[in-house]
Amino acid sequence: MPDLSRLDPLKPFLPWLLLALGLVAPFALSAYDLNLLARFMAMGILALGLVLIWGHGGILSLGQGVFFGLGGYAIALHMKLADLPSGEIPDFMVWSGRDSLPFWWTPFSSPAFTIAAILIVPTLVGALFSWAVFHRRVGGTYFALITQALALAFSTLIISRQDVTGGFNGLTDFYSVFGFGLASPGTGSGLYWVTLAVLCVAFVALRWLLASRFGILLRAARDGENRVRFLGYSPTPFKVVAFAIAAMLAGVGGALFTLHAGVVSPALIGVVPSIEMVVWVAIGGRYSLAGAIVGALLVNLARDAVSSAFPELWLYLMGALFIFVVTLLPRGLAGLVKRKAA
Amino acid sequence: MSGSAISDLLLSVDGVTIDYSGFKALDNFSMTLNRGETRVVIGPNGAGKSTLCDTIIGRVRPSQGRVLFKGEEIQRLPEQQIVARGICRKFQAPGVLLTLSVRDNLALAARKDRRWWKSFGTGIPADEKLAVEEALESVGLTHRAAVEAGTLAHGEKQWLEIAMVMATGAELLLLDEPTAGMGPAETSRTAQLILGLGDSRTVLVIDHDMSFVEQLAAPVTVMHQGKFLKQGSIAEVRADAEVAAVYLGHTA
Repeated sequence: MPDLSRLDPLKPFLPWLLLALGLVAPFALSAYDLNLLARFMAMGILALGLVLIWGHGGILSLGQGVFFGLGGYAIALHMKLADLPSGEIPDFMVWSGRDSLPFWWTPFSSPAFTIAAILIVPTLVGALFSWAVFHRRVGGTYFALITQALALAFSTLIISRQDVTGGFNGLTDFYSVFGFGLASPGTGSGLYWVTLAVLCVAFVALRWLLASRFGILLRAARDGENRVRFLGYSPTPFKVVAFAIAAMLAGVGGALFTLHAGVVSPALIGVVPSIEMVVWVAIGGRYSLAGAIVGALLVNLARDAVSSAFPELWLYLMGALFIFVVTLLPRGLAGLVKRKAA
Repeated sequence: MSGSAISDLLLSVDGVTIDYSGFKALDNFSMTLNRGETRVVIGPNGAGKSTLCDTIIGRVRPSQGRVLFKGEEIQRLPEQQIVARGICRKFQAPGVLLTLSVRDNLALAARKDRRWWKSFGTGIPADEKLAVEEALESVGLTHRAAVEAGTLAHGEKQWLEIAMVMATGAELLLLDEPTAGMGPAETSRTAQLILGLGDSRTVLVIDHDMSFVEQLAAPVTVMHQGKFLKQGSIAEVRADAEVAAVYLGHTA
């Protein structure tokens, strides 16, 4: 590997450089490109959560798509209802032979309920799920496999309940959100600013969290769970809280992504996308918050470029990139400038 | 400290059997430790010395017998509660937290409030800070406080873990092979460290190194095949024919 350690002094400036790029982007990019960037930034929010659990907690989740999907479907449900004339139900339900809304759709007509659901549902599911696994002292590869099974089960469930979820096609054709028309250019850039703000808040909050005693204990539990336990700490709550926070970030990222992409579907949240999410972070650097954002942006940019030209090539390329990074750059791109974990 | 023998009793292992599907790592084993005492446990490989530590600290659960600490049964308590009552253990292979700084390792150990919801902050109370600095001093790692524990030499890691166990403020310290992998000079220093604790702490030391055991000049308990074999001064144990037979492999 080239020795880029002379770049170390620049390290503290990387987040500021990213922020500056984020601030000028709306003035430099076309509406189409800005929308693309905003999608990738929404994915970056999810990637930050993976730095917390995988990099610092040693918890590999191959099921972040589930939480991304919970956030995405929550906002999608709201937008589907918001665009309906009163008394009608979404067209796909009619085609599936339903004549009324399922009861759990109804509260999503409220914007406040929807925002609360985006924040709370993934967090709660993440907390309960991870507690059930960690308190039985299951971890490592077994945990990763269980999360993958969760992703598979979740996407299968959505596909199988076509009449209430939109099935394989997902939910799309949104026209407005919270009273703003999605077709108007102002809404697009407004949503971009919201995404950038959420990304910044998540970045700063996680940076503080990782530097706090919580972060130290999370790394301690990663390095030696038994040592931590025999110093009188119970490692489980630290891991559960970290996992719940990562789930929340994934949910918020999923909701914002759905707003920018105008669609949420099982193809975006199942097993393969969940693994891709890990790949972004592996490439960017799983110990580095800024690295994970860069990873999410670069990998998705590359995916966009490659898959529009050679659709069938992307999976191979991503696999190759992953192997390259895991074998030669265990700290990802961030490891080139940053030799020590935070 | 009161003079009565009963209140001086800190730990009592009472008829404990640890059964690994037929293999008895501890077989109806009993021993007691008084407050302020230092005790060395020796025995050939597989005698059950580490299992004894595992049992006291709650890593394995006895199928029979009781472990009493300050008169209360602890053999069914969760590990962190056993630690909270004042027992801490140094593992055989150094169990320091490799990617944390030496100081952070000690700060985690010295922390009194170990509840997770109290962990969202960076401030360290003054008494804990002081305990960390004292612990650094006692093992001579003050100049290494900021480095990652993973970069320490093997002996330094052992000392760091001993310092961590001490920094918890536990009354009973279980030191499982604290001199493993150390040279004679480091071994002496470790002995000085343990002797320096005086009678403020109760220490149970497991070790193979007879020169180290001699320097500790503490009573010795000999274990063999999970059972109690002998107890006495180092000289008495050395002179004992049964102990010699066990170590030479001629089981009586």
